Amino acid sequence: MKKPLLSTALLLCSLNVAAAGSKVLATGGATSIEGAAGGGIVPWAVINGYGSSGQWSVTGYASQVGVDDFTLNSKGIGLSYDNKYELSFGRQELKLDTMGGELNQQIIGLKYKIAGELLYSAMPQISVGLQLKKQLDFAIPAAVGARHDSGTDIYVAASKVWFDALWGRNILLNATVRGTKGQQTGLLGFGTVSNDDYQWVSEFSAVMLLNPQWAVGAEFKQKPNELAFAREDHWRDVFVAWFANKHLSLVAGHVDLGSIATFEHQTGYYLALESTWSF
Amino acid sequence: MVVLIRSALLLLLVGCSSAPEPKDWLYQQLGAETGVTRLVDGLLVEIEQDPQIVQHFADTDIPRFRKLLIEQLCELSGGPCRYSGATMQESHTGFQITQADFDNLVDHLIKVMTAQQVPVGAQNRLLAKLAPMYKDVVYR
Repeated sequence: MKKPLLSTALLLCSLNVAAAGSKVLATGGATSIEGAAGGGIVPWAVINGYGSSGQWSVTGYASQVGVDDFTLNSKGIGLSYDNKYELSFGRQELKLDTMGGELNQQIIGLKYKIAGELLYSAMPQISVGLQLKKQLDFAIPAAVGARHDSGTDIYVAASKVWFDALWGRNILLNATVRGTKGQQTGLLGFGTVSNDDYQWVSEFSAVMLLNPQWAVGAEFKQKPNELAFAREDHWRDVFVAWFANKHLSLVAGHVDLGSIATFEHQTGYYLALESTWSF
Repeated sequence: MVVLIRSALLLLLVGCSSAPEPKDWLYQQLGAETGVTRLVDGLLVEIEQDPQIVQHFADTDIPRFRKLLIEQLCELSGGPCRYSGATMQESHTGFQITQADFDNLVDHLIKVMTAQQVPVGAQNRLLAKLAPMYKDVVYR
C-alpha cells in the first residue's frame, strides 16, 4: 500500500502543478488514525488540506502503528471545502500479531468549523465533528463483551497557533472533548453488556513548529475503560512531522498504548504519509 | 556559606542586569532600512506574480503603497519610522479581501523572509504582529 502511494506522491510533486491551495504550510495538520485532520491520535479543529476560503482540497493518507503485539494500518481519503467542511472515509485494519487474525473498522468522518481562525484570531479555531464507525469483524469484540458493532463518536475541538510563543517558535495547542461508546476507539466494538452510555473523554496535543517545515509534538488521548475482560489505558505519543511542501508530509512517532486486550505495555512506532491537493 | 550566598546573589544580579532586548531588535533582525526595503520589494514581486491577489492592486498607486508598507513594517518592528497611511480597516474596506487572499500574502511573506535569511524567531515575531490585523483586512 505504502510504496505505490509514496511513488505516486513523489511523481505528482515533481510535476509541480499549481494545485497547492492558499493555506499556510502545516496548517492543515496531519491525518489522525481515524481520518480527521489532526495529530496522530487526536482530531483537531483544523480542516484537512490547504484549501482556504472558496477552495477544495483532497487528501490521501496511510499510516502504520506497530506495537509489541499488534499492528494498526490506517488509510483513507479526505475532502474539504472552504476551510470549513471536512469529510473523510477511513479504513483501519488491526492485525493481532500474537493472537492471530485481524479486526477491520471503517470510519466516515464529518467536521465543521464553527468559529475562530487557527492563525489569526485571539479565540481558538473551534470545530465540531462526527465519526460514524462500523466494526466489520464483530465476532471477537462480541465474545469479549461488546454490545454493538457500530457507534458514532461526537467531538468538539479547539486549536490555536501562538506565533513566537517559546524560544521564538510558534506553538500549536489543541484540546478535544469526545463522546464515545467505543472500546479501543471502536476496534473492540461499542458499548458493553453492562453499560451502553456515552463516555466523555479529553484529548490533547501540543506542537512546536521549529520552522515552516518541521514540527515536534506530543499527544494524550484519554480512553474509557468499560470492557470487563481487560483494562483499557490512555494513549500517548511523541512525534516529528516534516512538511515537504503543500502536497506531501511525513510523521514519525513513538506511541505508548498501554494495555490492549490483556497484552500489557504496548509501545512502538507510528509512521504516517499524507498527500494533499487543493483547487 | 556566606561566600556561596554572596556568589549566588552576584550571579543573580549579573543575570538580571544582562542587557534587555533593544526596542528595535526585530527591525535589526529584518536587516534595518535595507532589509525592510528588500522585504517589501520581494513581497511586491510575489504579489505581481500571484493571480489570486494581484487584481486587488489594479488601481493601487504602487510607489505610494511601497513607501507606506516600508514605513509600516519599519514602525511595527521598532524602527525609527512613523507610518503615515490610513488604518488597516480604512485601507481595506470595499476590496472584498478573502481569507485565501490573506493566506496567500502570509505565504509570500514567509517565502520572502526565508529567501532573505531572516531568522525563524524574527519571522515569527513579525507574523505575531501582523496576524491580528486579519480582522481589519478580511471581508470588509
